[in-house]
Amino acid sequence: MTTQDMTQASVLPARRRGGRLRAALPYLLSLPSLLVTIGILIPFGTAVYYSLQRYNLAFPFTRGFIGLDNYAQFLADPAFWNTVRVSLLYTLLTVGVELLLGLAMALLLQRRTAVNNLLSVLLILPLMTAPAIAALMWKLMTNPNFGVLSYLVGLAGFTDFRWASAPSTALLTVVLVDVWVYTPFMMILLLAGLRSLPRQPFEAAELDGVPASFVFFRITLPMLTPYIITASLFRMLDAIQQFDIIYAMTQGGPGDRLMVFQVQAYLEAFTFTNIGRSAAFLMVLWAITFALSNLFIKQWLKLRERTHHAAG
Amino acid sequence: MQRSSWPWRIFKALCLTAISLFFLFPILWVLLMSFQTNADILRVPPSPFFTPTLANYKALIAGELTGAGSTLQIAYMKNILNSFVLSACSVLLSLLLGVPAAYAFARYRFRLGENIAFTLLSFRFAPPLLVLLPLLLYFQELGLYDTYIGLIWVYQLITLPLILWIVRGYFEDVSPDIEHAYRIDGHSWLRSFLKIAVPLARPGIAAAALLAFIFAWNNFVFALILGSSDVQPVTVGALAFITASGIQYGQIAAGLVLSVIPTFVLALVMQRYLVEGLSLGAVKG
Repeated sequence: MTTQDMTQASVLPARRRGGRLRAALPYLLSLPSLLVTIGILIPFGTAVYYSLQRYNLAFPFTRGFIGLDNYAQFLADPAFWNTVRVSLLYTLLTVGVELLLGLAMALLLQRRTAVNNLLSVLLILPLMTAPAIAALMWKLMTNPNFGVLSYLVGLAGFTDFRWASAPSTALLTVVLVDVWVYTPFMMILLLAGLRSLPRQPFEAAELDGVPASFVFFRITLPMLTPYIITASLFRMLDAIQQFDIIYAMTQGGPGDRLMVFQVQAYLEAFTFTNIGRSAAFLMVLWAITFALSNLFIKQWLKLRERTHHAAG
Repeated sequence: MQRSSWPWRIFKALCLTAISLFFLFPILWVLLMSFQTNADILRVPPSPFFTPTLANYKALIAGELTGAGSTLQIAYMKNILNSFVLSACSVLLSLLLGVPAAYAFARYRFRLGENIAFTLLSFRFAPPLLVLLPLLLYFQELGLYDTYIGLIWVYQLITLPLILWIVRGYFEDVSPDIEHAYRIDGHSWLRSFLKIAVPLARPGIAAAALLAFIFAWNNFVFALILGSSDVQPVTVGALAFITASGIQYGQIAAGLVLSVIPTFVLALVMQRYLVEGLSLGAVKG
């Protein structure tokens, strides 16, 4: 590709020879996609409506519109604040660790050697494992009877280390599984970022004998920032909604230790049949993800523009 | 980067070894476990040396688990088949719907065009339970609960945005000049779309389809809520299987191995396109 303006060149005039059909063409092409997914939007409206109701399947006769009462009750509800706390903690811990570890891995694998290429392919495999399946794998590894990790920590002197079953270590265990699954995501995005950086600044720094730490903090890191922000926001959006790993591992237990938003909402609906309260939990989560996804889409678009419309 | 002093290189190699161990050991361990008998698995200390057995896989494929004195019928293979049906059909439907839409977004500027495109993208980020809960009640009324069709429809939330945005990027990267020339020769729009645009974007379409397949395969929550064991994929089946099979640990491991083989194979085939797919078309590898 040359440096010509692709945005101009790639747009066909929608109505060159007149004709309504021609003008309608892009709509005809895109509407089926929208219609199929709009069916999913209708339940969204229903969920909003549920969240404004007293609606418990066990007490059908008490069902009624109660306005914002479900939300108002949250303010003084320790279960709600526990959910907020656990979800935020889970998000910050997982994304924080995944970013640091993923960045380190990207830097280690940056050079295209045969070993690095092989490793960067193999290290993707955890990401290709379904999160629910990954949780089950780690459940086997931390099984007190035969789990290899239980055995290893036993050797290290922690004879009664109970991983996800103990209140004190449950969060760390599911964070560990999340890190195992999703760090490769950070790694390959940042690796692609690193490899796409222009070479000149690095060559100039090398000629001038600039120390490595200066190169990293003043050149690499600032140039990599768009990738870091996009990948982190992407991960935060997923992490705050995490369900599969936690549900497959402990179903939110022990106690309420791992009651993140979606697990809490699932149990409210399917164990306590309290549809109204469950919907209210999910609406709070939706508000958070809506704000996050707006931030994310801005960053994501910038990267996309760079990839698809930049010269070269 | 010329910091190749010996201590630095050794430090880097050690880091890479530790990282590889952390990410690859769990897969290796479960793989080894799937070839072991219960006696081997429960041995203390654990040992990598054992006589491998295929009994776990045979039991799974036959669908009969012989546990403590009793025989249990399981339908794990049915779960795997369900995963194939759901993922493949969802991807096909998404291709049918998404490729023309991707072309429209790439080639035409039209009123509300970007709004539609972003609305479709935003489905990827909404909490799934929010729609699943009311959808369950609707599905039960419509008779879509516990059907492939119902699930394939909902799976569009995962596969359609992915295909739409990746394929859009590919159409944007292909110059429209050839299509112009073909159209000026008097061919219809449909012909130029099918004969020129789609074949030129074919690598991107294939990559997007296989990635969407991986994501559909790995989904858990949709079928957990909208289906019973008849249509549930392997991700949900595995969880039920673990509770049902009691202490047949080798069979659990074999079940987990079978469930990840398809996505692992696809990932190895697709590795060149993974970055692009995972970033929904924003970053190229």
